Amino acid sequence: MFRNQYDTDVTTWSPAGRLFQVEYAMEAVKQGSAAIGLRSKTHVVLGCVNKANFELSSHQKKIFKVDDHIGVAIAGLTADGRVLSRYMRNECINYSFTYESPLPVGRLVVQLADKAQVCTQRSWKRPFGVGLLVAGLDESGAHLYYNCPSGNYFEYQAFAIGSRSQAAKTYLERRFENFTDSSRDDLVKDAIMAIRETLQGETLKNSICTIAVVGVGERCHILDQGIVQKIIDTFEIAAEQEGPAAEPDAATGQETAPEQGDAAVQGGSTDEGVAPKDI
Amino acid sequence: MTKQQANWSPYDNNGGSCVAIAGADYCVIAADTRMSTGYNILTREYSKICKLADKCVMASSGFQADVKALQKQLAARHLIYQHQHNKQMSCPAMAQLLSNTLYYKRFFPYYSFNVLGGLDNEGKGCVFTYDAVGSYEKVGYSSQGSGSTLIMPFLDNQLKSPSPLLLPVQDAVTPLVEAEAVDLVKTVFASASERDIYTGDKLEIVVINADGIRREYMELRKD
Repeated sequence: MFRNQYDTDVTTWSPAGRLFQVEYAMEAVKQGSAAIGLRSKTHVVLGCVNKANFELSSHQKKIFKVDDHIGVAIAGLTADGRVLSRYMRNECINYSFTYESPLPVGRLVVQLADKAQVCTQRSWKRPFGVGLLVAGLDESGAHLYYNCPSGNYFEYQAFAIGSRSQAAKTYLERRFENFTDSSRDDLVKDAIMAIRETLQGETLKNSICTIAVVGVGERCHILDQGIVQKIIDTFEIAAEQEGPAAEPDAATGQETAPEQGDAAVQGGSTDEGVAPKDI
Repeated sequence: MTKQQANWSPYDNNGGSCVAIAGADYCVIAADTRMSTGYNILTREYSKICKLADKCVMASSGFQADVKALQKQLAARHLIYQHQHNKQMSCPAMAQLLSNTLYYKRFFPYYSFNVLGGLDNEGKGCVFTYDAVGSYEKVGYSSQGSGSTLIMPFLDNQLKSPSPLLLPVQDAVTPLVEAEAVDLVKTVFASASERDIYTGDKLEIVVINADGIRREYMELRKD
């Protein structure tokens, strides 16, 4: 996209009927590291790629528990995402307090969308630069929504946002018809595989991805890294067809040897077992 | 022209008594389950005990509508704390929060007389006792409610350390073992039920220790 003379203000239309500031905000989402979500009839799984800007730093938190029955994964300006998560948590707590029942996901995403829309129609504001994958459970079942900076929201069976998300989307498109009846564990496996697609050659290890699950009878929670590593190992072993590449150290998820047949591309850090700093 | 007086009160007293005793590695919190208004009984099976956090339990007597509102407030604040800090609130932290919440309504108080019990960060039992507007103190044992005037002197007799000024320094927590403390609580309520008309029906006992939280019930006089 080249610079336009109608893109300085969010309150200026272009002659073609576009709001460029809003579209630029959606670009910011595409620049963030990938986040994916998929759902079955009873469970929703969120996953994200943990990208640290520098080798020495920790990665940013991109998956937030909003309530026992709602979780959110973000891509884009993580600061905006953090603020919106806080808003969502507040809304859930207030609704629970007043009505003694959980806030239906569908209501929450509408409130989020309306909040985003406000920022597209005020000259002193800017649109949020973050896309949110909202995963939740309510009386009508499991839901996955995507909230745009534009103020639109859509419900999905499976979706991926952020950089290199097209690879994950392609993977999900091929398999989404099976998701409705998938078991919870298969869903988690598919989520990790989808994340692997976005890595495009980087080694898949538990330090590079975070997975959260919410489902019927299962409160929203982030999966322990040891468990994630175990799941990674099951399909790495199947893929390799030669003896297991690594004995996982559950606590830190270190790898003893890089996979054979891996390209010269080494995943991010030279320090292999860096456990992501979780706040 | 005499000053106009209100012909109704926003408060009511639903009666009942609460007790908490702190031990070296446990805490016992107990309350009766009778809810009354005036000389009538509203129900014989109302719990005055509320779990605020993993290791923190509160028992409150007084106006139960205010108690319920207070419990909901604290639960919501605890949820926010968990989101921000990724862990449960400790008992001393909850104690301060309760005090602040009560004082917030200094000029239209929660008619709620509370005892907070639980384990502190080192696993030792702790009990905090409050007045209606948030003044609180960490103690080894306490009672609140309609039966407290009957219960407190008895607890003093059994548990009170001679003087905080004596040497060697004595711990506020009782040297009693968990089973003894639970027994003491049962005795205390059985006696209080004899003379306090607002205390009786059933006794609910909650014990917090390193293994978690456990609940026990005992029948009391129904009259």
